[in-house]
Amino acid sequence: MAIMLVDVPWAVVLILLPLAGAMGCVLWPSVTKTLGLMTVFGVALSVAGLGWQLTENGALRYAVGGWGAPLGIDLYADGLSLLMLAMTALVGLGVSGYSIGYFDHKYLLRFWPLWLFLLAALNALFLSADIFNLYVTLELMGLAAVALAALSGGSAALSGAMRYLLSTLLGSLCYLFGVALLYHGFGSVDIAVLAERLEPNATAWAALALMSAGLVLKTALFPLHFWLPPAHASAPAPVSAVLSALVVKASFYILLRLWLEIFAPLGEGVSTLLGLLGAAAVLWGSLQALRQTQVKLMVAYSTVAQVGYLFLAFPLVAATGVTALNAIVYLAFSHALAKAAMFLAAGNLLRFGGHDRIADLDRVVQRLPITLSAFALAGVSIMGLPPSGGFIGKWLLLQSALSQGRWDLVAVVIIGGLLAAAYVFKVLGNAFTQAAVPHTSRAVPACMEWAALLLAIAAIVLGFMASAVLPLVAIGDPFGLLGARP
Amino acid sequence: MNTVMNTVMNAASLYGLVGAGLFCLGLYALIVHAHLLRKILAINVMGSGVFLVLVALAKRIGGGAPDPVPHAMVITGIVVAVSATALALTLMLKVATATGRAELPDDEGSE
Repeated sequence: MAIMLVDVPWAVVLILLPLAGAMGCVLWPSVTKTLGLMTVFGVALSVAGLGWQLTENGALRYAVGGWGAPLGIDLYADGLSLLMLAMTALVGLGVSGYSIGYFDHKYLLRFWPLWLFLLAALNALFLSADIFNLYVTLELMGLAAVALAALSGGSAALSGAMRYLLSTLLGSLCYLFGVALLYHGFGSVDIAVLAERLEPNATAWAALALMSAGLVLKTALFPLHFWLPPAHASAPAPVSAVLSALVVKASFYILLRLWLEIFAPLGEGVSTLLGLLGAAAVLWGSLQALRQTQVKLMVAYSTVAQVGYLFLAFPLVAATGVTALNAIVYLAFSHALAKAAMFLAAGNLLRFGGHDRIADLDRVVQRLPITLSAFALAGVSIMGLPPSGGFIGKWLLLQSALSQGRWDLVAVVIIGGLLAAAYVFKVLGNAFTQAAVPHTSRAVPACMEWAALLLAIAAIVLGFMASAVLPLVAIGDPFGLLGARP
Repeated sequence: MNTVMNTVMNAASLYGLVGAGLFCLGLYALIVHAHLLRKILAINVMGSGVFLVLVALAKRIGGGAPDPVPHAMVITGIVVAVSATALALTLMLKVATATGRAELPDDEGSE
C-alpha cells in the first residue's frame, strides 16, 4: 500500500483533479457543492502525498505522457513549489468552507467551476518546469480570476474586473515577448536548460526587462498596483481572499524562479531596483491602507504593502542566500493565510452590518466575537508580532538585512510594521464602540465565521512550525543556494 | 552567434522588427484610448506583434525548415488570445450596461 501511494504521480493529480472537478460542477449542478468540497479536500490530500514523495525522494521531475523535455511538457516540484502548493491548498480549504455560507445557490453554481479552474491553474503554475507552460498557466489563472472578480455583477465589480483583465493581459503579453526572446536567444524554454545556457547579452537583458515588467504588473508592485485595490475590494469576499492570498503570489513565484535560476548572472542592479520599489510599496501601501475608510479597501491596500516585503528580500538573496529565501517563503505563506482570514472577516462585517465603513462599525466585538478574533489574529501576523508566521518571516528578513548592514531595509520593515499596527487597530478600536447611526444587522452563518478564524489561527500556528517548515524549502536545493552558502 | 546574426539581416529580422513595432503601437493605444473596445483591440494588436516575432524567429539560420516549436507556441497563444478577447468583450458589454459608458471610471484607484 505504502509503495503504491509513493508511485502515484501526485503532481499530475493536482492538476487533473480540480480540472475534472470544475467540469463536473458544470455538468451536475445539483451536486456542485459536494463535488466542489470533495475536490478541494482531494487536492489538499494530494499536496500531502506530493510532500511525502518529495521528503522521501527529493525534487521530482515528471514527463507528462512520457514525452520528455524538448518536446513534451515537464512538471517539476521542489521545496519551493511544495510550500506554494500547500499554501494554495490551505487557503483553498478555508475559502471553500466559507463560500458555502456566503453564496446562495445561484452564485454557488457560478463560483465553484471558476474557483476550481483557478485552483487547477495555480497548481499547474507551481509545478511548471518551462517558461512557456508558465505563460499558459498564467493566462488560465488570469482569466479565471477576472471572471471571479466580476462575479457579483455590480458596476464597481465589473469596472474593477475590466481594469484587472486589461492589466493582466498586458502583463502576460510582456512576459510572452520575453519568452520569445529567450527561446530565440538560447534555444529552449526549459528553466533548467536556460539556466545553463544564459549569457549576459542584449537578448537576455531585453527578455529580463520585459518579463520582469509584466510580472511586476501582475504582482501589483508599487507603482504598478493601480488595478489591485478596486478589483480586490469590489469582488465577493471569498474571491478577494483568493486573489490577494494566492493569485498575486503566483506571478511573484514566477518572478522569483526566473530571477534566481535564469537571470542570476545579470548582476545586482535590477534586484536593487526591485528592492527599492518594494520599500516604496511597503510605505505607500501602508499609508494608503491607513487612509481608507472602508475595511475591504484597507485590506486591499495592505496587500500592496505586504507584496512590498516580498521584494525587499530580493537584493539580499544573492548575498545571504538561504536566509533571505526562507524569509520570502515565510512572508508569502503567512501573508496568504492572514490576508485570506482578513478578507473573510471583512466579508462577515459587510454581511452583518450591510456596509464596511470602519467608523460605523457598531459594537461588533460583542456581536461577532469569532470574526473579530479572526481579524485581530490575522492582524498580529500582518503586523509581524510574535508568535506568528509573519513574525518569523520578518525576523528572517531583518536577520539577512542586518548581516548585510542594510539599515535602510531594517527601518522600512519596522516602519511598515508600525503602520500595519495602526491600520489594524483603527478597525479594532471602532469595533468596540457604538456607532453614531444604529443599523439593522443580519445573521452571519457559523461556517463563515469559523473559516476566517481557522485561517487566522493557521497563520499564528505557522509561527511555531518554523523548524518543520524551513527544512522543506531546501528540498531539491532551489537555486543552488545551499551549496553556495551552507 | 552574434556575428552570424549580423550577417543574416534579412526578411526574418524585418518581420521581427515589425512585430516589435506592433507591440509598441498597441501599448501606446492601450494607454491613450479611453474606450474599452479600443483598449481590447490594442491588446490584440500587441498580441499579434508578439506572435509575428515568434513566427519570424522560427527561421533557422542557414535556410533549413523553420523551427516548429515557436509555431506551436503561436497556436497556443492564439487560442489564449481568442478566449481572453471573448471574456474582455463580454465584460465590456456588462460594464456598458451597468454604467452606461464603455469606459473605465477615473476616480477609483488612480493615483
